[in-house]
Amino acid sequence: MIDQILMLALALFSLSIAITLYRVIKGPSMPDRAIALDTIGVNLLSAIAIVSIVLKTKAYLEAILILGILAFIGTIAFTKYIERGVVVERKSNH
Amino acid sequence: MTILANLLVILPISVGVLFIVVTAIGLIRFPDLYTRAHAASKSATLGVMSVLIGVFFHFWLFENHFNPRILLGVLFLFITGPVGGHIMSRSSYIAGVKPWEGTVRDDLAPEIERMKKEQGIK
Repeated sequence: MIDQILMLALALFSLSIAITLYRVIKGPSMPDRAIALDTIGVNLLSAIAIVSIVLKTKAYLEAILILGILAFIGTIAFTKYIERGVVVERKSNH
Repeated sequence: MTILANLLVILPISVGVLFIVVTAIGLIRFPDLYTRAHAASKSATLGVMSVLIGVFFHFWLFENHFNPRILLGVLFLFITGPVGGHIMSRSSYIAGVKPWEGTVRDDLAPEIERMKKEQGIK
C-alpha cells in the first residue's frame, strides 16, 4: 500500500512542477520567475526524498541538503541582482 | 507497532504532498507577486519539512538507519525558506513591482521614500 502512496506522491509532485513551470514561463516580472524556480527546486528536493524510499537506497540523502543550499544561494543571488543590478559589489573607493 | 510506524511515515508524507500541491495552485491563482511569495514561502516550506520528516521516520523505523542529514535539511529549510521569500519580496518592492490594484493600504511606501531620501538615491 505504501508503494501506491509513494507513486501517487511522485505523480502529484510532477503535476505541481508542471503547474509551477507555467508560472515560470508566463510570469509578468522577473521576481515571479525567481520565486517559481525556487519552488521548483524545493519540489525536486522532496521528490528526491520520495525516490530514495522507492529505490530503498541511502545514497541520495546528501543530495537533499545540497539541493536546499543551492536553491537558497540562487534565490539570494537573484535578489541582489534585482535590487542593485550586480550580484557581487565592488569595493567602494571613497 | 508496525501500524503505528506506517502511520508515522504515511501521515507526514501525505500532509506534505497536499501542501506542495496547494502551493502550486496558489502560484497560478494569486493576483500579484506579494501574495504569490506568501504562498510559495510558507506553504512550500511546511510541505517539504513534512515530507522530509516522513522520510526520516521511514529510514529510522524500517531500515534502522538514523540519518542526521535529513534533520539538518529540515532545520536548514525551516530557517532559509521564509528568509528567501521575505528578501525576494523586499527587493522586488524596492525595484518597483506594483502590488495588486485591490490593495487598500501600503505602509512600506513612505518608509522607502524616506530611506531613498536619506541615502540620496534618485
